[in-house]
Amino acid sequence: MIVLLIYIALFIASFLAVRFITRRMTAIHDFTSLKTVTFGDESAVRPNRWASVISVVSVFLIWGAFTGSKWTPIHVPGPFIGDTQFTYVLEAPDGSRDEAIVYVRVFHVDEKADAMEVEPGDGFAKNDSATVVAWRSKLIPMDRNDEIKRSDGARVIEVDGQPIEPGGTVDVADGRVVMTGKGTLNFSPDGGLQMEPVWLPPPEAVVARLVEISQEGYQNFTLWEHLGWSLYRVILGFILGAIVGIPLGYAMGLSDWFRGWFDPIVEFMRPVPPLALIPLVIIWAGIGETGKIILLFLASLWIMTIAARAGVSGVKITKVHAAYSLGASKWQLMRYVIMPNSLPEIFTGARVAMGVCWGTVVAAELVAAEKGAGMMIMVASRFQLTDIVIMGIILIGVIGYGIDIAMRKCEDVLVPWKGKG
Amino acid sequence: MRFDIPDGSHIQALKDITLELKTGELMSVLGPSGCGKSTLLNIIAGFMAPTEGKLTLNGVPITAPGAERGMVFQQGALFDWMSVRDNVSFGPRMRGQSPAEYDEDVDHLLDVVGLQDFKSKAVYELSGGMQQRVALARCLANKPDVILMDEPLGALDALTREKMQSLVLKLWKETGKTIILITHSVEEALLLGERLLVMAPRPGRIHKEYRLPFADLGVGADLREIKKLPDYAPTREEILSMIWNMEEEIMGRSEGAAS
Repeated sequence: MIVLLIYIALFIASFLAVRFITRRMTAIHDFTSLKTVTFGDESAVRPNRWASVISVVSVFLIWGAFTGSKWTPIHVPGPFIGDTQFTYVLEAPDGSRDEAIVYVRVFHVDEKADAMEVEPGDGFAKNDSATVVAWRSKLIPMDRNDEIKRSDGARVIEVDGQPIEPGGTVDVADGRVVMTGKGTLNFSPDGGLQMEPVWLPPPEAVVARLVEISQEGYQNFTLWEHLGWSLYRVILGFILGAIVGIPLGYAMGLSDWFRGWFDPIVEFMRPVPPLALIPLVIIWAGIGETGKIILLFLASLWIMTIAARAGVSGVKITKVHAAYSLGASKWQLMRYVIMPNSLPEIFTGARVAMGVCWGTVVAAELVAAEKGAGMMIMVASRFQLTDIVIMGIILIGVIGYGIDIAMRKCEDVLVPWKGKG
Repeated sequence: MRFDIPDGSHIQALKDITLELKTGELMSVLGPSGCGKSTLLNIIAGFMAPTEGKLTLNGVPITAPGAERGMVFQQGALFDWMSVRDNVSFGPRMRGQSPAEYDEDVDHLLDVVGLQDFKSKAVYELSGGMQQRVALARCLANKPDVILMDEPLGALDALTREKMQSLVLKLWKETGKTIILITHSVEEALLLGERLLVMAPRPGRIHKEYRLPFADLGVGADLREIKKLPDYAPTREEILSMIWNMEEEIMGRSEGAAS
């Protein structure tokens, strides 16, 4: 909730700041700037690159601020670390009371701390000493060293001067004391607003982990082997899918019999999410490479079939008539008209198929694999290695984005006439 | 030409069309929409089979599309993935000719249609008028006996259209090809028709045939001067009112059917 509010505040503040600054700095006088109707004219909306940069920076800023990163200058309040104390009043069965102090040392989970040496003090209640890890809580058996114990009928009636009874809570300096149903005290130091590394590690921990794993590897394979295997499965599965799917799509676009025969199969398989096939593929082919390739083959097959079929049916009839009138044979029509004409559709299909395959391979590796990006984050999550999980997610995202960009570049080079015919 | 439609009845698209063209004749076909002029052209091109009657070209019956009958379409029939030169050389290449055999011819044709500076450009980089020039050159490069034009200038603006009409006349005279041109513009039919066929709808049939001097006079001349000739305006008025009457008849009939 706080994060959302901060994010909205950053969004508005940077908008106002950038508008204020750019208005002073540069006045643009190109054609679009002269348009008076911009709200509703999509062509007049150009992405503000300042906004893009600030957007990325603020994600890291918020991430850093809430994880106590060394890279960000601003932090939200962190957990309490250090020594603190609170007092309690013990009442003996005869009604006499004595006060004692509990010294608590709060330390970071990565460090070690010894309990403080304390003077027992006078009276029948003695001073105590305890250690607790930041963000956690600790039961303090305060009467363990007292002369009159709870088993003798003594009970704690006040903490830091405020009355307390079983189930009650008292706020003390740097934390909170809760009395359990049996009368012991439970101390939780202030957690602050920062996230515990086990929930969300700071960015530098993720980068450090990236460096470490890229050098030493994880679970018997280097980082590049994990990612490379995932990518290899995607590419092999996609190529197999395309090799079968594209000719099948052409056949469906060119022959009544093929269209009729495969229509029910394709139309049935198309809406089945590839993830739903994982259990069946594991039963049939096991969790090895074969199963993964079969799954990705099935994921890309229907997409490529439908794309090729759409490519064939998208040929303008005048182009076909023109080719026949120029003396082309059926094979020449196929080679010089139908195939090039269907390329834009096939590329669109290939982009979709690669995206789906990438998602499917990660999911399949999450279920069962010996290596791969999905397996890496799944195993890491079992050991609560959140930094590896986050690193893996970022790398998976970067690769997926990279695949899409590469496909688009290929498209620009190979089908420059797309959308211009 | 008769075909069934899904509601069980049938449409008589064309009926009793008898035509004979001599080599080198330029014939334009004009008629209100739905008179079957495109169907007629599709049958001549071999894209559709007639239900009755027969067609022959040089004594050979027409059953399928073939290289001896070239087509020029309204637009969108060029191959976007090929350069201008590859589009024009498509016919010769499909026949298996080597570049040495067709290069000179293709270059010459591109010069004739005025595209000498655009030979290696992609088709989608050209304007609509230039694209139709490519279509004309592509058709001529295949050396057909007959050229069939299906509203080839229909999608062009008025100025480009006038220039292209002169080009069609020039090519007709220079190559001596037989040309059948379908149009819905009366002016175009008058200017580009040595013979002018006016068709009537339902069933599609020949309503009247003209033999006109304007095409011959227009070769190499300013077409605007041709339009000023004394015969021109009366003929145009006659044909226009003929088509108007047909259109009104169709409208009246469909309104009668609706009420």
